[in-house]
Amino acid sequence: MTLDELGRYLGSPSNREQLAEQFGQHVYLSLVPLLLGLLVAVPLGWGAQRLPSVRAVVFGGASVLYTVPSLALFVVIPGIIGTRTLDSINVVVALTLYTAALLVRSVVGALDAVPGPVTAAATAMGYRPLRRFLTVELPLAVPVLTAGVRVASVSNISLVSVGALIGTGGLGVLFTEGFRTRYLAPILVGIVLTLLLALVVDRALVLARNRLTPWTRSTPGGAR
Amino acid sequence: MIPQLIEWLTDPAHWRGPDGIPKRLLEHLYYCLVAAGFATLVALPVGLFIGHTGRGGTLLVGAGNALRALPTLGLVTFLYLVVGGTQTATLIGLVVLAVPPILAGAYSGVQQVDRRVVDAAVGVGMTRWQRLWQVEVPNAMPLILGGIRNAVLQVVATAAVAAYVGLGGLGRYVLDGIRAVDYPKVLAGALLVALLAILLDVVLSGVQWLVVPAGLRTAGVGDVGRRRPRRPARREVRGETTDTGGGRVDGGAGHGLRKR
Repeated sequence: MTLDELGRYLGSPSNREQLAEQFGQHVYLSLVPLLLGLLVAVPLGWGAQRLPSVRAVVFGGASVLYTVPSLALFVVIPGIIGTRTLDSINVVVALTLYTAALLVRSVVGALDAVPGPVTAAATAMGYRPLRRFLTVELPLAVPVLTAGVRVASVSNISLVSVGALIGTGGLGVLFTEGFRTRYLAPILVGIVLTLLLALVVDRALVLARNRLTPWTRSTPGGAR
Repeated sequence: MIPQLIEWLTDPAHWRGPDGIPKRLLEHLYYCLVAAGFATLVALPVGLFIGHTGRGGTLLVGAGNALRALPTLGLVTFLYLVVGGTQTATLIGLVVLAVPPILAGAYSGVQQVDRRVVDAAVGVGMTRWQRLWQVEVPNAMPLILGGIRNAVLQVVATAAVAAYVGLGGLGRYVLDGIRAVDYPKVLAGALLVALLAILLDVVLSGVQWLVVPAGLRTAGVGDVGRRRPRRPARREVRGETTDTGGGRVDGGAGHGLRKR
């Protein structure tokens, strides 16, 4: 493996085209589940935070689910929901489940951390529960929630590659291809691009959090 | 689908020989023990040292986060080609992936020990060594073991993926099944891997419960330190609470914890 080889690999237009396509696939397959998982986790966490029995069930289920290795979940899903075995939808569903399992804890933790007087004040001002949740509690939960989303985004981005073993696209294809042809360049490029993507998304999430929580900037002490 | 799965699992032919379930299960367990064992040998002392001295913490968190993003399949194929296609190459990959969670657990565990407890240890004249072994390590036990638990799960999952480069173990069923379009076999492999992961996790949580000093189990309810740093309850050591102090907003963002 030399730099030369790497240069030749990256120099070929067809390779670059393939790289761009797989990269796009990778972004899609990792970020869509992130969004879907968040959408699932917020109502679940809302319920779990209010009802102890729901909390026990949700946390228990989430921790068992999170224990299941990715390759296993990827191939079991078609058996459960009836999709084709080698379909990228399986990866999307599996990663959505992982994301939701991870984030539901963040949501509950974040909601637990909302100061009681704040919710009491909102109630006293006549906010109904739904409006209070959406406009008071959820915004205050953003910092803790973002911490969870960052973990989930990194793990999704790294996990999508495993999907290559069940025939889905994404940068994982570079690994299987490199392995088949005993060619190191695509593997190396795939690893670097995955790390880069994770880094960029992480930065973007931090920026988004800062945007969504302007009060943390004026008082460095936190959201109080 | 379920009947075929049961049929596959109960077929006596699948319980014998080099591709039999007992053999594959033992292989998988062996990889896990070797990789998690080596990783513990490497990562535990380093993590304890950094947590104790506080030196290099930021660097560690950064490196841990970067490693978390490393795609397992990429690492495994990379090492296979570079080190030269042996089982050792693959096992190195497993060790590399098991190191960050253990490191993070040991580091944040020691670092989170209540400052006043450490000060008290200094006050009663303990040496650095005594402080580490008699105060910091016992107090850090929940997080240290939480880290090891995460590492074991990581290795169980990665070993399955590593079947792609020719490693044995339960991943063989999944990948060979996919190649042969034998879905019951794929499903059986997936089920066995999942069961193994859950079983190991349950066993380790039992160990965690046994090893955590009794004082820690009851502490935190009231008396000693109402303002003690948030120490996650035993059962919640995994998950995002591996993060230094579950309530912390940013910082480590659960470094070390990753999904396999």
